[in-house]
Amino acid sequence: MIVDLPSTTTSQVNKKMVELRESGGAVALGRVLTLVIVTDDSSETEQAIQAANEASREHPARVIVVAKGARQAAARLDAQIRIGGDAGASEVVVLRVYGELAEEGAASVVPLLLPDAPVVAWWPNDSPEYPAKDPVGELAHRRITDAAAEPDPIDALGARTRSYVDGDTDLAWTRLTSWRALLAAALDQPPFEPIRGATVSGEADSPSTDLLAGWLASSLDIPVHRKVNREGPGIVSAVLERPSGNVEVVRPDGKIGYLTQPGQPDRRVALERRAVRDCLAEELRRLGPDEIYESTLRGLSEVVREDPDEHAEESEPVSAGQQS
Amino acid sequence: MSSPEHNPLRDPRDKRLPRIAGPAGLTIFGVTGDLSRKKLMPAIYDLSNRGLLPPGFALTGVARREWENQDFGDVVYEAVKENARTPFHQAVWDRLAEGIRFVSGSFDDPGTFERLSRTIKELDEERGTGGNHAFYLSVPPGAFQTVLTNLSHSGLAEQTEDEWRRVVIEKPFGHDLESAKELNRTVNEVFPEDSVFRIDHYLGKETVQNILALRFANQLFEPLWNAHYVDHVQITMSEDIGLGGRAGYYDGIGAARDVIQNHLLQLLALTAMEEPLSFSPGDLRAEKSKVLSATKPVGPFAQTTARGQYTGGWQGGQQVPGLHEEGGFASDSKTETFAAITLEIENRRWAGVPFYLRTGKRLGRRVTEIAVVFKRAPHLPFDDTMTEELGQNALVIRVQPDEGVTMRFGAKVPGTSMEVRDVTMDFGYGHSFTESSPEAYERLLLDVLLGEPSLFPVNEEVELSWQILDPILDYWAQHGYPEKYKAGSWGPPSAETMLARTGRVWRRP
Repeated sequence: MIVDLPSTTTSQVNKKMVELRESGGAVALGRVLTLVIVTDDSSETEQAIQAANEASREHPARVIVVAKGARQAAARLDAQIRIGGDAGASEVVVLRVYGELAEEGAASVVPLLLPDAPVVAWWPNDSPEYPAKDPVGELAHRRITDAAAEPDPIDALGARTRSYVDGDTDLAWTRLTSWRALLAAALDQPPFEPIRGATVSGEADSPSTDLLAGWLASSLDIPVHRKVNREGPGIVSAVLERPSGNVEVVRPDGKIGYLTQPGQPDRRVALERRAVRDCLAEELRRLGPDEIYESTLRGLSEVVREDPDEHAEESEPVSAGQQS
Repeated sequence: MSSPEHNPLRDPRDKRLPRIAGPAGLTIFGVTGDLSRKKLMPAIYDLSNRGLLPPGFALTGVARREWENQDFGDVVYEAVKENARTPFHQAVWDRLAEGIRFVSGSFDDPGTFERLSRTIKELDEERGTGGNHAFYLSVPPGAFQTVLTNLSHSGLAEQTEDEWRRVVIEKPFGHDLESAKELNRTVNEVFPEDSVFRIDHYLGKETVQNILALRFANQLFEPLWNAHYVDHVQITMSEDIGLGGRAGYYDGIGAARDVIQNHLLQLLALTAMEEPLSFSPGDLRAEKSKVLSATKPVGPFAQTTARGQYTGGWQGGQQVPGLHEEGGFASDSKTETFAAITLEIENRRWAGVPFYLRTGKRLGRRVTEIAVVFKRAPHLPFDDTMTEELGQNALVIRVQPDEGVTMRFGAKVPGTSMEVRDVTMDFGYGHSFTESSPEAYERLLLDVLLGEPSLFPVNEEVELSWQILDPILDYWAQHGYPEKYKAGSWGPPSAETMLARTGRVWRRP
């Protein structure tokens, strides 16, 4: 069911939600968190809500969408409540804020937060420079950004490093989990030799490739090379060098990975790129600080970028912390 | 330097990384059975879909069918399509299908095991299963011995330092203490105890593991979890189906052996045990064994137990046949389809608290739950009329279906007069963490491949359970017949009287 409340206030929204719950019978009260989605009022808003609804099947949430409309307009709040079939396992409140209100999104969110339950903020695109200092970000226990959706993803990673506060996370990092799991599992098996070097390749503007390199650099404490590979979408390959032979994972088509290890037959692995809703569901599973993500961001400065032709100026180690 | 203990890419703080099983293969004996089609094969696909199986995982089926690898692959494909929990992805299936093999032959033919041995060697080379193999015996108990002996003779059970072999067996683990010991001996002759995984799929259920979280992670419940506050505990597992085609297996076994000995006593152990030192397999088992050793049946059995056989009738809008009309059953069979028993636990925490266990087929509905019923408040500052609708407080752990926890307590009825009535407060797994809850078999199969034994009962627990149940079974064998009860009811009248004699009633689940 979708209920529109044009030009309204949050207390009317709250009242309407209680009313809907009572008239609609026992709509579940067991929400585990509030997810606040901050977007511009555009077509992408609907995609984000869709992803949140799907993720909500795993984590029933109240989803509050703050869609910022035209700043020049008169201050106004239009609300829309969705429950039942239109909201997955969640209840969705879309707040369209115009004029001065657009800058004060947090003020409209506070009255609608669930008592006691954790708050997660998600910027599907255009995340703030300092997520933790953003008015909505300040309310949240966890702040999800997406470097891949920024105009310059690699630059965005630099910004993340500068602005990192416990509770920050990025979907570019979540997309990596299956790669990291595969590499970690490969090292669970003998021979247990030290890793001498590592190389990661992927699209020039794939932030996940950079993060994979950063993760390897910080956990293995060795220089990691980051190469550009125009062949495939996202990450294309990762190589760990060991004295007895390399561990190699290559994924040329963004779907199937090829795992090569010395002394073992080559194997094909399903390594499909992950959909946003899967990543979001994974993010919502952990509500504490992600220390590994933090050290990965710090590890980015240890990554040696190899960009033979195009980005010649970036071929020095990216010292993200010092970029202006 | 890296080692299995110290993998530089694994960090205990990194909770995103799943534990993926190392290179391994699974061989299932008896792939044509229901369980393997409905549970095992879908579970393997679901694990694979969640990325938890090793790359190069191999699944081998053994059965007496003239099948090629491809035919078996088709059977698995159908089973996965029909019963898998997670969505079907062609890419995942293709990777899994590459590792599917079939060995045709009967279990008493050494040739079958030679062929299996060759297949496994090929898999080690082609797929890199690394000599690590688990054998799942989805076969009738009568065939255990044959399969085990042949596994041993063909050298398939031999382990080395870096190649493991494990065996997975299912209930029934014997039919009394004597036969259970015999079975354990047989199994342990071939596989050492730490390579034996006894599947009790109840222990793989999230709700059952949640009993431990509920009790030991919260301050709210544990202070009340003893004889001072608890009046009694009811553990129920009821099914609405009848025997159907399983009469051959069931005749002579009965409800107590089939369900109480394993599922219900395990649930009792988890409900009643003391806090383990840690959640390591050893510590958990130590506590479970302790509480099972202290558990004794309460007599006289004529009054504290009940058993029954269902008769035909109308159930859920369908006419259903009675036990003896189902066929395959001797008309004078004493096998019970309903069993209820009374136990007590002789320790300081539980002295004087009866534990009532009941199970049956063709009962009102399918449900498994643990109800902890509390004593009444020692003093009620109300008139009798104010509290006449107030029952005893209860905490109910619903194991299936609709997994969750319900609390029952009294609340004031709105209005000008003071009147207190029972209300419930409900936590549903389905409301708080839907869909991610994996099937029990997924969890258990993964644990077998990882060599993680926490959720599997060891032979000591199996033997202790028989020790508890044997006196009742002996008494039943010598005295009388099971009472009749109507299909769709909650068991024979004697089940009600066994509680009524102490002024208690069964909860209607």
